[in-house]
Amino acid sequence: MEKISQDNIRNFSIIAHIDHGKSTLADRLIEKTGMLTSREMQAQVLDNMDLERERGITIKLKAVRLVYESKDGEKYILNLIDTPGHVDFNYEVSRSLAACEGALLIVDSTQGVEAQTLANVYLALEEDLEIIPVINKIDLPSARTDEVKREIEDVIGIDCEDAPLISAKEGLNIEDVLEAIVNKVPAPTGDPKAPLKALIFDSYYDTYKGVICYIRVVEGTIKAGMEIKMMSTGKTFEVTEVGVNTSKHVVLDELCAGDVGFVTASIKDVKEATVGDTITDKNNPTKEPLSGYKEVVPMVYCGIYPAEGEDFNSVRDALEKLQVNDAALVFEPETSAALGFGFRCGFLGLLHMEIIQERLDREFDLNIIATAPSVIYKIIKNDGKVLEIQNPTDMPPLTEINYMEEPIVKASIMTPTDYVGAIMELCQNKRGTFLNMEYLEEKRVVMHYELPLNEVIYDFFDALKSRTRGYASLDYELKGYEPSNLVKLDILINGESVDAFSLIVHEEKAYERGRTIAERLVDVIPRHQFAIPIQAAVGSKIIARETIRALRKDVLAKCYGGDISRKKKLLEKQKEGKKRMRQIGAVEVPQEAFLTVLKYDE
Amino acid sequence: MEDFGLYIHIPFCTKKCFYCDFTSFPDRMDIIEKYIDCLIQELSFYKGKLKNHNIKTIFIGGGTPSSIDGKYIYKVLDYIYSNYTVDKTPEITIEINPGTLTKDKANIYKKSGINRISMGLQTFNRHILKSIGRSHTPEEFYDSYDILNRLGFKNINVDLIFGLPNQALKDIIYDLKQVTKLNINHISYYSLIIEAGTLMNKWYEEGKLDLPNEDEERQMYYYIVDTLIKNGFTHYEISNFARDNYQCIHNNIYWKVKPYLGIGLGSHSNIMGKRFWNVDRFHEYFSLISKDIFPIAGEEIIDKETEISEFCILGLRLIEGINKKEFRNRFHINIEDIFKDQIAKHINNSLLIEDQDSLHLSPKGLDLANLVEVDFLL
Repeated sequence: MEKISQDNIRNFSIIAHIDHGKSTLADRLIEKTGMLTSREMQAQVLDNMDLERERGITIKLKAVRLVYESKDGEKYILNLIDTPGHVDFNYEVSRSLAACEGALLIVDSTQGVEAQTLANVYLALEEDLEIIPVINKIDLPSARTDEVKREIEDVIGIDCEDAPLISAKEGLNIEDVLEAIVNKVPAPTGDPKAPLKALIFDSYYDTYKGVICYIRVVEGTIKAGMEIKMMSTGKTFEVTEVGVNTSKHVVLDELCAGDVGFVTASIKDVKEATVGDTITDKNNPTKEPLSGYKEVVPMVYCGIYPAEGEDFNSVRDALEKLQVNDAALVFEPETSAALGFGFRCGFLGLLHMEIIQERLDREFDLNIIATAPSVIYKIIKNDGKVLEIQNPTDMPPLTEINYMEEPIVKASIMTPTDYVGAIMELCQNKRGTFLNMEYLEEKRVVMHYELPLNEVIYDFFDALKSRTRGYASLDYELKGYEPSNLVKLDILINGESVDAFSLIVHEEKAYERGRTIAERLVDVIPRHQFAIPIQAAVGSKIIARETIRALRKDVLAKCYGGDISRKKKLLEKQKEGKKRMRQIGAVEVPQEAFLTVLKYDE
Repeated sequence: MEDFGLYIHIPFCTKKCFYCDFTSFPDRMDIIEKYIDCLIQELSFYKGKLKNHNIKTIFIGGGTPSSIDGKYIYKVLDYIYSNYTVDKTPEITIEINPGTLTKDKANIYKKSGINRISMGLQTFNRHILKSIGRSHTPEEFYDSYDILNRLGFKNINVDLIFGLPNQALKDIIYDLKQVTKLNINHISYYSLIIEAGTLMNKWYEEGKLDLPNEDEERQMYYYIVDTLIKNGFTHYEISNFARDNYQCIHNNIYWKVKPYLGIGLGSHSNIMGKRFWNVDRFHEYFSLISKDIFPIAGEEIIDKETEISEFCILGLRLIEGINKKEFRNRFHINIEDIFKDQIAKHINNSLLIEDQDSLHLSPKGLDLANLVEVDFLL
């Protein structure tokens, strides 16, 4: 690969709301610069996890090097660093932005600015990036190009006069985007001869090469054979390969200040190459590590248990492997009376949690049971001690508690004015405090609320989507802790309290939640030969009760010659179903019971 | 000489009932002759393989075997007598539907050696008969019954169904009153099963069926069992009742997992260590037979574990249950050595009863047989 000077390098990322066309534009840029032949071209090249493609969102960052010959006749290296588009992944966005000098802001010309777009723009502004607005989907009849341009200028305050007007889907005006990158994004600076200083913005485990780190070299040069040091741990490794990602891994001699690429160094333990760390030269170290990285703070916790007890070690291995790509994931072993040995896991948010659960299922083929998500509560005990708990089973007896505090978030909800009423009702229902409402334009507003995080993680997203037919978007950040009347809600099946169903809820919500859970359990737990009471309790007080009627009949009337195979198949199906059951006392509880409890229901 | 049961399938009907999912064709009377020839050919394929076997029972089922001319039945049985070893006192059953039996037909049956008649009645209630797609009336049943009775058929079974749409306990009481007045020695009383792909299933899914609820359905069952026992019947299988010496030998072969051979469209066999089943389309069946190829669609090798499971699952359907000594003699191991926990669990649940010789379902176990049977799958 030919050498191109630092002046001709452009490091950029793309920020956009889900569905505004980020991945499609990335595909076009790759195609246009001839990285892949059209035969190699698969829709949405960057999103190479199945899950990402299905959900239409990007979870993991990846960097791709494009080579572009601009209209000025010079060759440029364009390093495209992909970013996730969801509020849960703000941290990952911030990491990838820190590796860039510029960002493309994609706005859907039929939709306008969304809450998440704004949140990501602020992150980019914090990193001092040059922001290039790009108006997408101009081919659609409902495009309101001029209006949306004005909106970006009003709301974000960036000039849209020269904004490329494109259709990523149709491949329209993609050149304009490439030219804007070359002309507007500053070239990286940094002395290739200075001591090495490189930022890890992504890493993943490869069976053959060990941990592969994606880095941005900020100062100095990194090459094979060099001894490097991870600045947070002090651990040292010898570099085996450096290179860049085009359509495949390309090994290079070195990566210099300004470059984006990968490094392998026979790193076996995933915990030794944490994302966010600074790599330096062991023999000529830099003085200060790079700053600007946000520390990862899990906001949502849940228990993850193997459906089959013997899979405990496999679940641990899988979580460890996921952790290497995902600095935000934390976990530690815990035990549940109902579910056995498992892990307490911390996530950035609900989507992050769902993605991890799905990846355990799909990529590792593990059958898991997840408990209801929880946030971290502060308990101020009578003796003045402060306890932080995220597992309802850790809650001390009420008699020891002076008061409790729960996390509150500041939420911005952007919505067409038609849905303001519905959203107000929803937020009120979720114990929200209205702060104010701003008009973005005639028909769109942003509503500011303070909401308890435990309400947001329960079913707020689903409820918001359903009440606004998907038009509203949400962003939130932690405000702090506030005192709250919280109680522990227990669910008893056949008289036995099942720890995996316990929840910490606001006193006012206990009855409603308890009743809903009891009703749903009645639907998912199969009938047994005896009647099963399902009760919801706060302390020793039963607040709701349902009963699963006893099974009266489960017998096949006829069974002759040809029916035997059929009968056996039927029984085998029944047996298969039983395998996936959890025994709680005398009651067999299907795994979906643990999920159903979490599902949103209007 | 090993005994086996022979099943002959006659896949023709005058009309398909709304609940029926058997291999049968309401409007194929034209191809009967060809089909009978194929049956005989198929029988000839097995002739050599079963030289050392003795036919203990023959069961001619359907479909509606009585819907075709009696001469065909005669022809098939005649072929069997001349080419197979048949027991000295065989049980030979034919299924008939009221309205399709004539005196001449019954005479031919008699001449063919048939000594057991299974009558498809289902209920005496003419409205319900009509609503489930039966093409006969209660009067036609009595006509058929009289013909058989006069010809001296002693071993007669009547098929009845409970849990039908719009059926109430009073209808069951009436049906039992009528049937116990007759000179009948065997009754199969089935709970209605709504099978996928039937017209009834469609109505069920559309919510158009007024079916008795679970409690009412079980009440019917308990009433049936009580009444028939009071009338001198033995309850010997979940859905079957017989007077002394009139249990169906052919069906017992199925329930005891003994060898049987099925001939004809879609029929199943379990013989010579294999389970196999025939193709269920006429053109395939005809074309294979005409090429001298066994019309087999699939097979399953029955290993010891499978055999043990089936022996238990089917054995539990019998009221006397699984005979422990029989189990040991057949498998050379004690049943407790394999199913210790399962047995303990269900005795504890009071679904299963263990005594000196046997393991059998309790009355409650008869309602919930699947819960027990599933644990006997290996």
